[in-house]
Amino acid sequence: MQYLDFEKPLETLILEIEKIKEVGEKTKVDVSSAVKELNKKVDKTRKEIYSNLNDWQTVQLSRHPERPYTNYYISRVFSKYQELHGDRNVKDDKAIVGGFASLNDEQTVMVIGHQKGVNTKMRQLRNFGMANPEGYRKALRLMKLAEKFNKPIVTFIDTPGAFPGLEAEERGQGEAIARNLFEMINLKVPVICIIIGEGASGGALGIGIGDRVMMLENTWYSVISPESCSSILWRTWDFKEKAAEQLKLTSKHMNAFGLIDGIIAEPIGGAHAFPTETAAIIKKYLEKTIPELFAIDVETRIEQRIEKFSAMGFYDETK
Amino acid sequence: MPNGLPKTTKTMSSSTWFKRIKQGILTSTKEKKDVPDGLWFRCPGCKKTSTIDEIRDSFWVCPSCNHHNRIDAEEYFEFLYDEGVYELLFDNIVSKDKLGFVDLKKYKDRLVDAKKTSGLKDAMTVAVGEINGKKLVTAAMNFKFIGGSMGSVVGEKIARGIDYSIAHKLPFMIISKSGGARMMESAFSLMQMAKTSAKLTQLAKAKLPYISLMTDPTTGGVTASYAMLGDLNIAEPGALIGFAGPRVIKETIKKDLPEGFQTAEFLLEHGFLDFIVNRKELKQKLSDLIGYFE
Ligand SMILES: [Zn+2]
Repeated sequence: MQYLDFEKPLETLILEIEKIKEVGEKTKVDVSSAVKELNKKVDKTRKEIYSNLNDWQTVQLSRHPERPYTNYYISRVFSKYQELHGDRNVKDDKAIVGGFASLNDEQTVMVIGHQKGVNTKMRQLRNFGMANPEGYRKALRLMKLAEKFNKPIVTFIDTPGAFPGLEAEERGQGEAIARNLFEMINLKVPVICIIIGEGASGGALGIGIGDRVMMLENTWYSVISPESCSSILWRTWDFKEKAAEQLKLTSKHMNAFGLIDGIIAEPIGGAHAFPTETAAIIKKYLEKTIPELFAIDVETRIEQRIEKFSAMGFYDETK
Repeated sequence: MPNGLPKTTKTMSSSTWFKRIKQGILTSTKEKKDVPDGLWFRCPGCKKTSTIDEIRDSFWVCPSCNHHNRIDAEEYFEFLYDEGVYELLFDNIVSKDKLGFVDLKKYKDRLVDAKKTSGLKDAMTVAVGEINGKKLVTAAMNFKFIGGSMGSVVGEKIARGIDYSIAHKLPFMIISKSGGARMMESAFSLMQMAKTSAKLTQLAKAKLPYISLMTDPTTGGVTASYAMLGDLNIAEPGALIGFAGPRVIKETIKKDLPEGFQTAEFLLEHGFLDFIVNRKELKQKLSDLIGYFE
């Protein structure tokens, strides 16, 4: 387990527990009551840390190397999954995955998400979760397939941004994202989008138009990453904490602004510490929400989607 | 923010133009020459100078090298709409600072300063008028106003422009010119991409044409939403058009970018534009295009 700087008190306690257990085994002395006490302390410390996270700490959590990615959730939430590849045009983008999945062997779902790599080699293969136009076009192809057969769509969002590359521009990164926004808003099937890590800018929004846009508790969603914001507005990389604060990018802020439909609470300690539990929470959410959305007739659902996004913004109207 | 135009152009006093138009007084080219003699315009392309009158009469296109200089909404309206007559729409919508955003400067102060230095209310101006007798609603961006950045007002004005087009069954055009999203409005700015795209689907359902004219520069969230969603995507020559900015791409791939990368000509070659239009021919082309849809 890796610990972030603000999780150090936790690390100290957990190391202590391990040491005591080791000693106990060697000396055959009963240490269970000491361990129990320390575990209580762990819980208390965890609660303290996690109920007082600042915005930058949330950003750090969203990027925790052990935080589950899309493929993890797919494997834990669904009973079956068949990955579908390619945009039928240029190639198969490895930074966005997707395919048919089954919820409890009862409900077929089209699941799509950004995928980051779990080790150095895979991170490169997945391009750090930064999709090229092909990724967005593959996503749209799968969404259209789902629409044709009346299957709901679930997207998992986790990207530091769409890839800013030469070929991405040649093949129309802007057009690909724009097309997805345009098409997703009128999809005839229920669409649920869940931010599971980083929700950076157009790269996130490109698979982020839904009837329900939810954020896992310890994630962020913004027009720009705190680092890039710092470099542009403060003209140095040093103000990322301040930028994170100013951007008001956490799930709490986003929910208060009405820019998302809700927060999915993570176990205290975060998804990286409790991945199985987090997957179960997501599963439960889908089991409840998919039927709710199907209960709304198609026209109303689309109308509500359009109205929701059309109402976003703040301005003054003078006389 | 750089605009490409020298400071002297401010003496044109766009507000005077507005007043005249509001009073229904037609303006002729002669009357517009309210710039004192001896003001010169230096072309950023070829560095040659011409008088302000000359450059204005050639639609702010350099007579020597065809460089299309950056101009804002009113300058477009002035030569696109017949006799320079048009009605401004939704001009009472202005930005506010809901987030209390502060970087090196308060967003609140930025807005005040931008209004003062640009003489504009925001980065988007919407108007309706006739182009060779054909009615058209145009939403045009102002680079002068915080780099033409897309905030809530930009999105709302597009949304209302679309509503107006639908209500009056009129074709719709957006002239894009933007450095991208307005960071000081954070996710609200991001959501303008979703909002404008959603509204464009309503225009599409009403079977009304949408022409997207991309001008220098069209980047970021604007490119990744309404700019690329035209029934027709057209652009001015030499305009920088892209999702990521050239500097960011260069830093990412750690290579020099090929010459002409992300220009209008590059996009045409890669299949993302219908055609490139010289500003001098823009009015005629537009009225022709509207004709094709009729
Ligand atoms: Zn020139």
